[in-house]
Amino acid sequence: MVKPLAIDKKPQGIRLSTAQEKSRRQRNLAIAIAIGLFVVLIYVVTIVKLGPAVLVRPL
Amino acid sequence: MSFISDSSAAGQGVTVSIATPGDFIALMKPRVMSLVIFTALTGILIAPTPVNPIIGFASLLAIAVGAGASGALNMWYDSDIDAVMRRTAKRPIPAGRVTRQEALTFGLVLAVLSVFTLGIVANWAAAALLAFTIFFYVVIYTMLLKRSTPQNIVIGGAAGAFPPMVGALAATGHLSLASVSLFAIIFVWTPPHFWALALVKADDFRRAGIPMLPNVAGPDRTRRDILLYSLLLAPLGLAPWLIGFVSPVYGVLALALGALFVLHAVRVYLVRDGERASRLAMRMFGFSILYLFLLFAEIVGERALALALPALSLSW
Repeated sequence: MVKPLAIDKKPQGIRLSTAQEKSRRQRNLAIAIAIGLFVVLIYVVTIVKLGPAVLVRPL
Repeated sequence: MSFISDSSAAGQGVTVSIATPGDFIALMKPRVMSLVIFTALTGILIAPTPVNPIIGFASLLAIAVGAGASGALNMWYDSDIDAVMRRTAKRPIPAGRVTRQEALTFGLVLAVLSVFTLGIVANWAAAALLAFTIFFYVVIYTMLLKRSTPQNIVIGGAAGAFPPMVGALAATGHLSLASVSLFAIIFVWTPPHFWALALVKADDFRRAGIPMLPNVAGPDRTRRDILLYSLLLAPLGLAPWLIGFVSPVYGVLALALGALFVLHAVRVYLVRDGERASRLAMRMFGFSILYLFLLFAEIVGERALALALPALSLSW
């Protein structure tokens, strides 16, 4: 009986080296920090641009 | 931006980036960025009415990121010549740590982000000038002028001179004679600054095929032009004081530094051979950086003092 081809084998994908994994983690962290700081910056600038009058409204 | 370069179709497997955040910071040319931050800060501070510090800080950040985008796009386009020059061979692309595609995408994303951020934070006139500055540096200087004419640095120098105008425009919404005077100082300062370096690094530029003035017109003509630009720069340095937006302290400083600048240029002009000639050219290159730093630091210093102590804010 002919043995079926090993189609049930899971795909191996790309195996990252330690250096590749480390640099990817560092890049991810840097992007997260940059986006976080950008969000804070836009939030603070929005508050400054709106000014204190934003709190003055009819109840 | 893909950090996986798929060349498996060619049977070469898949390579995954090993670029660190530090490599991407290097792409932004941090030393050039620091100069841009400093001159743009001066532009912001010369506004007749003080700008909100948060808005000023955010504007400065956007301008700095715009400068970083220009640096990344410059490194993307110039990676071939960077690889053959000793001064630039260790940059992230020629060193093989970042691909050209990554640098291009990184530069474009930062350019768009910086322009839109400045538009939202400050005003769209400043954002438009920042966009034009990035375009001028990348397309006009890097792509069109740098490899084709020895006047590359003369015209291209405008890109480095725009930041004070962008800063002033972000702070006030309109262009002032004061900010134009700062533009003019950097514009005229750039050629003698770069040519002093080019005199010493002529071989590097020749190997890379960049037509810097010493390679095309010769060192003697370069020395003459350095002197001519220095003679133009010395009185121009006084313009902020003559216009009246800085104190006489600046005027005295600009006069003394301008005289020293001309003195360096005269030495470079007179001593043409040997190790001493190279040493004098490098000394002039170093002094030119100090010249610009001290002039702008004086303006920053006295404007910061006036903001901290409004009673001292006199009309010059």
